[in-house]
Amino acid sequence: MNVWEIIGFTLVKIVIILHVMLLTVSYLVYFERRISAWVQNRLGPNRVGWEGVLQPFADVLKLLLKEDIVPYQANKKIHTLAPIIALFVAFTTYAVIPIGPAIELFGYTIPLVVADVNMGILYVLALTSLGVYAITFAGWSSGSKYSLLGGIRSSAQMISYEISMGFSIGGVILLAESLRPLAIVDSQGQWFWNAWIQPIGFITFVVSAFAETNRLPFDLPEAEPELVGGFHTEYSSMKFAGFFLAEYANMIIASGLIVTLYLGGYYIPFINIGTFGLPNWAEVLIYVGAFSFKIVALLFFFIWVRWSLPRFRYDQLMNLGWKVMFPLSLVNIIWVAVLIMLFNL
Amino acid sequence: MAVKKRKKDLTFLEKIYIPEIVKGLSLTLKSMLKPKFTLKYPEEKFIPPASYRGRPVLVQEENGQERCVACGLCSRVCPSLAIEVLASETEAEKERYPVKFEINMIRCIFCGLCEEVCPEEAIVMSKDYEMAFTNREEAIYGKDKLLVPVSQLQDRIEFLRQYK
Repeated sequence: MNVWEIIGFTLVKIVIILHVMLLTVSYLVYFERRISAWVQNRLGPNRVGWEGVLQPFADVLKLLLKEDIVPYQANKKIHTLAPIIALFVAFTTYAVIPIGPAIELFGYTIPLVVADVNMGILYVLALTSLGVYAITFAGWSSGSKYSLLGGIRSSAQMISYEISMGFSIGGVILLAESLRPLAIVDSQGQWFWNAWIQPIGFITFVVSAFAETNRLPFDLPEAEPELVGGFHTEYSSMKFAGFFLAEYANMIIASGLIVTLYLGGYYIPFINIGTFGLPNWAEVLIYVGAFSFKIVALLFFFIWVRWSLPRFRYDQLMNLGWKVMFPLSLVNIIWVAVLIMLFNL
Repeated sequence: MAVKKRKKDLTFLEKIYIPEIVKGLSLTLKSMLKPKFTLKYPEEKFIPPASYRGRPVLVQEENGQERCVACGLCSRVCPSLAIEVLASETEAEKERYPVKFEINMIRCIFCGLCEEVCPEEAIVMSKDYEMAFTNREEAIYGKDKLLVPVSQLQDRIEFLRQYK
């Protein structure tokens, strides 16, 4: 492959992933509303189209047609920049998450990941830390105390939980001996999932992922009873939609990361598809299907948890982050190191 | 911050959260599968019990006449002055009947005092809760809208006889 072919394939992959992400995000909002309704024995939106399947499009149209209000006290440039950063971080992180093994098309071997980078996990960590800026900027530039408090809380929360997140990933990297997402997936193989080998790391990572995506029970940056809307109190129209999209896109990325790092990526446990003698494209299709299934299951888990658990108090959140999650992730690293020493994994 | 003593200390299992979280999650999963309370309103309608106080209506006998004798008690007792009755004489046994009986549905507060005070069981609260108007004139219900055959009101009349 020459340079132009690589650029072409990458662009096509970017376009496909961007559209799939946007579609998933809009239906995630729909399912969030439906599942929340089911949990409360209601029906949820079921009027627009068959069982409300066109609801997301109606929502987006409504948001587009709303008036864009910028408060008088706001710093206009940063106020506009904040949702753009949020969206940028949410969509670029997905570049390194592999959705399937390499596929053979038109005589080329195309890896099903936008950028097969050697230090992919570092890239993800770096970009998710950038995400703090979006919320802090939004809170600071709005010129409103609710926004400011939400922004401060959120930056403190995200910085605290990033530590335990990073340390939990440490265990995975020790086992995979690589920062490359594809290598991490391959190191887990059919059923040797990191979630079984290092359950403590799995739990700390999932909890930190909840905190990083600002989902309940850790949605203090936008705690409605105290902070009105939190950091996005002063946002309306498409800028608000930007934050909204970014939150749900972050959920998809968090589930993608959990699947890649702990749940064996695109592999199906106990079934070795390579032995069936299927053509390459069918094999890849099954792998991508398995990956999507895992992601959807995790997204359901995200929504399910949101409608089951109450919000933490701020001091409880910090206690949990520093006194429980951080030591636990350290314990996990030691656990993995001992396993490697004992069994020469 | 002073450390308060709890009435009951949490056990170790409760302190590590996870079993409790699993309990909570299983509860919500169970309630996800339960039947739903929501009615799909315009298609499925709520049918109220006999004790429901909907739109007040006049009882129409089988012969097409209203029961009302135009005594004016309902108009008198109405706290929001929604009822207007104009009486006249008739050849029938009851001797008096309302020429005009109007209820202003914007004023009506559905208190049911008119029904309680009526000596003839002639005005009762129905199960009808669908009242929408586009202007104030439409909201004044005359005899044409108020008269409802007695057969449709049996539920309420029996309820009144039992509990009034």
